[in-house]
Amino acid sequence: MVDGSNPEQSLKMEGSEAAVLQLSHSSSLEKPGGLWYSLRPFYEGCIHFTLFVCASISILVTVGIVVVLLYESVQFFYDVSIIEFLTGTRWSPLLKPQHFGILPLLCGTMLVAAGSAVVAVPIGLGTAIYLSEYASPRFRDIVKPMLEILAGIPSVVYGYLAIVFVSPIIRYIFPSAGVFNAASACIVVGIMILPMIISLSEDILQSVPLSLRAAAFALGANKFEVTVRVILPAALSGIIASFLLAISRAIGETMAVTLAAGATPKLTLNPLESIQTMTAYIVQVSQGDTPTGTVEYRTIFAVGLSLFITTMIMNVIAQYILSRVGENYE
Amino acid sequence: MSSKLDIYTTKRRGRITNMLFTSVCFLATITCVLMLVVLIWNIIVQGKDWLSWDFIDHLPSRFAHKAGIKSALWGSIWLISLTALFSVPLGVGAALYLEEYAPRSRWRKLIQLNIANLAGVPSIVYGILGLGLFVRALQLKGSVLSGALTLTLVVLPIIILASQEALRSVPDSIRRSAYALGATRWQTVWYQVLPASLPGIMTGVILSLSRALGEAAPLIAVGALAYVPFVPEKLSDEFTALPIQIFIWTSRPQEEFHHLAAAGILVLLVVLVSMNAIAIFVRHKYGKKIRW
Repeated sequence: MVDGSNPEQSLKMEGSEAAVLQLSHSSSLEKPGGLWYSLRPFYEGCIHFTLFVCASISILVTVGIVVVLLYESVQFFYDVSIIEFLTGTRWSPLLKPQHFGILPLLCGTMLVAAGSAVVAVPIGLGTAIYLSEYASPRFRDIVKPMLEILAGIPSVVYGYLAIVFVSPIIRYIFPSAGVFNAASACIVVGIMILPMIISLSEDILQSVPLSLRAAAFALGANKFEVTVRVILPAALSGIIASFLLAISRAIGETMAVTLAAGATPKLTLNPLESIQTMTAYIVQVSQGDTPTGTVEYRTIFAVGLSLFITTMIMNVIAQYILSRVGENYE
Repeated sequence: MSSKLDIYTTKRRGRITNMLFTSVCFLATITCVLMLVVLIWNIIVQGKDWLSWDFIDHLPSRFAHKAGIKSALWGSIWLISLTALFSVPLGVGAALYLEEYAPRSRWRKLIQLNIANLAGVPSIVYGILGLGLFVRALQLKGSVLSGALTLTLVVLPIIILASQEALRSVPDSIRRSAYALGATRWQTVWYQVLPASLPGIMTGVILSLSRALGEAAPLIAVGALAYVPFVPEKLSDEFTALPIQIFIWTSRPQEEFHHLAAAGILVLLVVLVSMNAIAIFVRHKYGKKIRW
């Protein structure tokens, strides 16, 4: 790649001493010439452009998502009024008579999101506090990798566990519960988002400066008072951002809720009943042989758009809060 | 006298709350660990008897005792190789541009924000995008290629973010010394920055590919939920993948298929854990070599 007489060759060598040695050699200090050297700006420009294209692809992907979702959704809203879509209380696009009210799907999604937050937030926050404030470094070094394993388990595995393990337990405690119920989905999705809450919140807690702790201890506060009255309030915005990100993950979670919660779009707050979430509906339609170009087919784009907007708003808020964390200490 | 007593009681109360709070937090931590142990134990107990060489080497079947994961395993291997082929150059390239080339402008901030948000988009939305873009617009149908392209979209933001992190950890003095010796920007990047950040990039790549290996939702959205009794041989072949096979078996009511699902999960987890182990190994082995 590099012409022999050029000083650039020396850069191939590892370590700066070798480079310096090569450079001090008289021949490499001569004025460089040759084809390679005159082509250098062009070559560099090509690389710059290629890398620029790579980075632009992220923008293109976003544009692609928005265009594809909007294009099909607009066609969907030719057939179904947007008011019916947003306010209708029945969702049955695949059965006659068709109803296109997204509220039951939205309700199911929110039920799972809220339920999993109820499971994950207290346990996650407690664990984050323990790991950040109380645990010995050795204990943390053992527990943190274990939690990473929890984060690396695919969501379809959580779906399996919901059906085979969690649902029977729930049915044992509440005999009225169905095989498919929202509660088992809430529990496994809660376990799924736990590692996210823990690692984000722990980072935030760790980032609270030591001087705040020292000052509080100096005033005679005990560990509990320091943690709850000083550290937690200082880290609150960041912790809320981590909750938002985790809940947004729960809203977009697909395989576990498809398997565990069933496929019954219903306006209910009872976690023992079978429900359907927005993501589970998309999977249900993708599984069947719905012909492309029909209203039924386009529902998944409309539902996908609603899902995209919901999670996007939550992510943007969370990113905004996270980008401001740390500013208040300066 | 009474005020002295007050101080004494509040102090004691404080100590009790302190102890209670500590034990509650400790309990939460132990709960997390116990959950992990119980979940994995449950899968091992359910699946271990069904795990055999025949299981790995048989095609899927309606009969539980004959069913295996051959086509799913090969489908997953195809998918993951193609995804790596597409996403690694693109992702590392984008990270290089953002860290080494892009001027610190509003445009760069916009791309950065965009990537952070893309990482939080639910994978099923990428599935819908793949359905609209690759399956319909480009007419790739439910092929291995459209599956891999869709997975590429899913992991791309994660690879970019991880690579950026790795590039950022290379100290600026390295770049300045390279420039001082007359290196061009690309020479600096290629001979100095990239080798130094390679362990970090590799770790990120392996972790995001292991995530792609576990994804089922976007693949189902592009229409990969068919009965596939063969191993894919070219890019346009239909495919199935391990997570999809697990999904199909789990959604069946019969008990035997749940055992099959557990055995499939064990195979998937073994692959994932070894990938993570490789990532940790890479970080340890090659991370030490570079010292500034």
